[in-house]
Amino acid sequence: MAMAETTETAAAPKGVGEYLKSHLREYGLLIALIAIMVFFQIVTGGTLLRPVNITNLLLQNSYIIIMALGMLIVIVAGHIDLSVGSVMGFIGALAAVMIVNHELPVFATIAICLVVGGVIGAAQGYWVAYWKIPSFIVTLAGMLVFRGLSLWLLEGQSVGPFPKEFQVLANGFVPDIFPPAIGERLAPLFDARKVNVLALCTGVIAAAVIVWMGLRKRARNRAYGIVDEPRAFFIARTAIVSLALVFIMYKLSTFRGLPNVLITMGVLTIIYAFLTEKTTLGRRIYALGGNEKAAKLSGIKTERLTFLAFVNMGILAAAAGLVFAARLNTATPKAGFALELDVIAAVFIGGASMSGGVGKIVGAVVGAFLMGVLNNGMSIMGIGIDYQQMIKGLVLLAAVIFDVYNKSKQG
Amino acid sequence: MAALLEMRSITKTFPGVKALDQVNLTVREGEIHALVGENGAGKSTLMKVLSGVYPHGSYEGEIHYDGAVAAFRDIADSEKRGIIIIHQELALVPLLSIAENIFLGNEQARGGVIDWQGTFRRTEGLLKKVGLSEAPTTLVDKLGVGKQQLVEIAKALSKEVRLLILDEPTAALSESDSQALLDLLLELKAQGVTSIIISHKLNEVRRVADTVTVIRDGTTVSTMDARSQPITEDAIVRDMVGRDMAHRYPERERRAGEMLLEVSGWNVWHPEHSERQVIRDAAFNVRAGEVVGIAGLMGAGRTELAMSLFGRSYGRNISGEARIRGQVADLSSVPKAIAAGLAYVTEDRKSLGLILEETIERNVTLANLAGVSAGGILNENEETAVAEKYRAAMNIRTPSVFQKVMNLSGGNQQKVVLSKWLFAGPEVLILDEPTRGIDVGAKFEIYGIINELSAQGKGVLMISSEMPELLGMCDRIYVMNEGALVGELTAAEASQERIMSLIVTE
Repeated sequence: MAMAETTETAAAPKGVGEYLKSHLREYGLLIALIAIMVFFQIVTGGTLLRPVNITNLLLQNSYIIIMALGMLIVIVAGHIDLSVGSVMGFIGALAAVMIVNHELPVFATIAICLVVGGVIGAAQGYWVAYWKIPSFIVTLAGMLVFRGLSLWLLEGQSVGPFPKEFQVLANGFVPDIFPPAIGERLAPLFDARKVNVLALCTGVIAAAVIVWMGLRKRARNRAYGIVDEPRAFFIARTAIVSLALVFIMYKLSTFRGLPNVLITMGVLTIIYAFLTEKTTLGRRIYALGGNEKAAKLSGIKTERLTFLAFVNMGILAAAAGLVFAARLNTATPKAGFALELDVIAAVFIGGASMSGGVGKIVGAVVGAFLMGVLNNGMSIMGIGIDYQQMIKGLVLLAAVIFDVYNKSKQG
Repeated sequence: MAALLEMRSITKTFPGVKALDQVNLTVREGEIHALVGENGAGKSTLMKVLSGVYPHGSYEGEIHYDGAVAAFRDIADSEKRGIIIIHQELALVPLLSIAENIFLGNEQARGGVIDWQGTFRRTEGLLKKVGLSEAPTTLVDKLGVGKQQLVEIAKALSKEVRLLILDEPTAALSESDSQALLDLLLELKAQGVTSIIISHKLNEVRRVADTVTVIRDGTTVSTMDARSQPITEDAIVRDMVGRDMAHRYPERERRAGEMLLEVSGWNVWHPEHSERQVIRDAAFNVRAGEVVGIAGLMGAGRTELAMSLFGRSYGRNISGEARIRGQVADLSSVPKAIAAGLAYVTEDRKSLGLILEETIERNVTLANLAGVSAGGILNENEETAVAEKYRAAMNIRTPSVFQKVMNLSGGNQQKVVLSKWLFAGPEVLILDEPTRGIDVGAKFEIYGIINELSAQGKGVLMISSEMPELLGMCDRIYVMNEGALVGELTAAEASQERIMSLIVTE
């Protein structure tokens, strides 16, 4: 009773400290990512942020991020998908068999693989949505089935290599559309051999868009009198994010430019962020995860939404499988092994709640990057896989404890 | 009689708010002491201070218990001294037996090995005391809420209770179960058990309480002694809300317009036990501008009737015809029922009506997202405007519509649910226990909203277990018993006695 009064009065404008306390999670994730990057940048003697390593970092984590987008939706809807690693491996195997063994055209193979991914998602989602079988069980079964199917399909062998057109999915770069003369003129300024102007421009434009959107949201919040973040925080946060973006793009521009995968990832992230935050479909998924019964009694078709969440996950797992196979230039029976756990960890580190209804696309992407930087940094340092596993496990635990602690304090 | 408990000048502060301000409470040995007040007045906080949930040192003031100053560190500490609190949400494990529940955490064991013989023997004795004839091995799951409440009391008795605290013990009970519980309290009193009962039901308070203490806004307003002179409900209400409430039910101009909803031959079978018929051949109607009540005991099938009608959300093999404005309506799914002009405000606000983790705004628009979007893309400005409109119209007390619903009081939560359904633009609203667990002031506001709806020409079907509420609000009342509508009374004919006799004689 009294608690209600406390919180009802608690929304009055307050100091910076109070604001930070109630938004610790969002800032915490960003601060953690920056801290980890700075730490590894120092201990690796600057290797972490070398253009070639940044490119590597993006390629290495692309398939995790692509799957994290789908996993976030599944988890927000109140479920889990343990099969994505196996599905990813299976699709890679399927692509290899189709392209390498049967010499089917690349484009058709990609289309067929995405459809198969969707069908796999549908096959699992059907039992979860319409038969109310716990997703943990259904997808655990799926994990075993598709692991077995990849083995069967590849007959225990690795299949490769892929033709060039397929490899560019993961290893290709967007060609610079600007005349090379501009890049050559800029090169001495950055002390580089050549500069990819497209990457540079993309970075500046993206940063500008972030600033503009931030300002717009702030203006809207003002208009409705929502407790806004203190000006200093807003400026600092926006500045850090946009400068980091420009910085990364600048680094990429002095190497080979924009990786194709970065574009895929960026576009997908924007689409899914929009879908979850700005559309009725997204709103309904949050409602479903927040309280399925109440959502259903409010006229939301909860079964269909659950089903669609799994179909979507299947398609994204297939996309990730294609990227993964293209990157390794071969399909192996072990591809994607235990990868589902990295994806799930990324989503929870990103602030999603196990019980559903809570979580953001951007959080999941940052969570995946955080794990990626940890992996990459520790590998550069030469830390053994044994310690890497332990550290990653503890980071996941710490992130979730932090969440629960925060929540209980706000009570 | 001497005082068993004296709480002196208790002050409890939470960050930003004083929940209790110099509260005094004196409970005499062997009495039933009622603690009443609106939701948020501080009753539960006071009981948490007493039972050690808020440990000694986290509040100011003194507690004298059984002749000594008490400084409880936690619940276990206060239980040791015989203070047992039974919360509104029962703390029983559904899949354990009665005996296991009673001795949970207090197992009858020697060296860690449970003495089942002794456990069952003692359980039988305790069950006899509370008037339950169930076997000690019965799973709690199989008992109704009323009997579960009795098991809780048996559990308290197993711990040698001296001061029994009951928080809204009859809130979820039917009339007859409530009576049985109150009788038990009186019997325990005769055996020397002192109790404190928190309740919103003033007729019950009047029936059992020797002393009534009213708390308002964290302070003690008055303490009335029923032994010196009878306490009137009006006096209690006046002290609770701090104003005279001559009319507990606001006046409404009564006029019935055209026929809105007509249901006939409605039959529903139980979703799991397919041979059990839950609703039998129900027929009823609601006209524009009417408030129609459905009275009945708990388990009569009122909620089942409403839910089966609203998109077949309950039951199977549903048959029957529903007409809206004379046209046969397809109510086979919730979206279709909403489109046909129905809305259903659930009995269980928290688990079926709201998404507690979400904001007021997002709850309000949930049933009509199409109304704040174009082509599937939400218009956030419009959404906020809609929420603000209902916040003002419904008088939802909150600093902003971006507040999470879980932070609101029960009355304000109910206003959010009503807003959600009003925004969906229904013709007929089914309100299932719309004022359950809501304090007197907020009840009055909800009644006002219902009257406003009927003035707008909407039809309201109101299910309630509180007969005075139905009598005060409705134009017509259907009486339901064992899945069938057994009678229909106009406002002029209806009385508590007539309704009860219809239920009993069928």
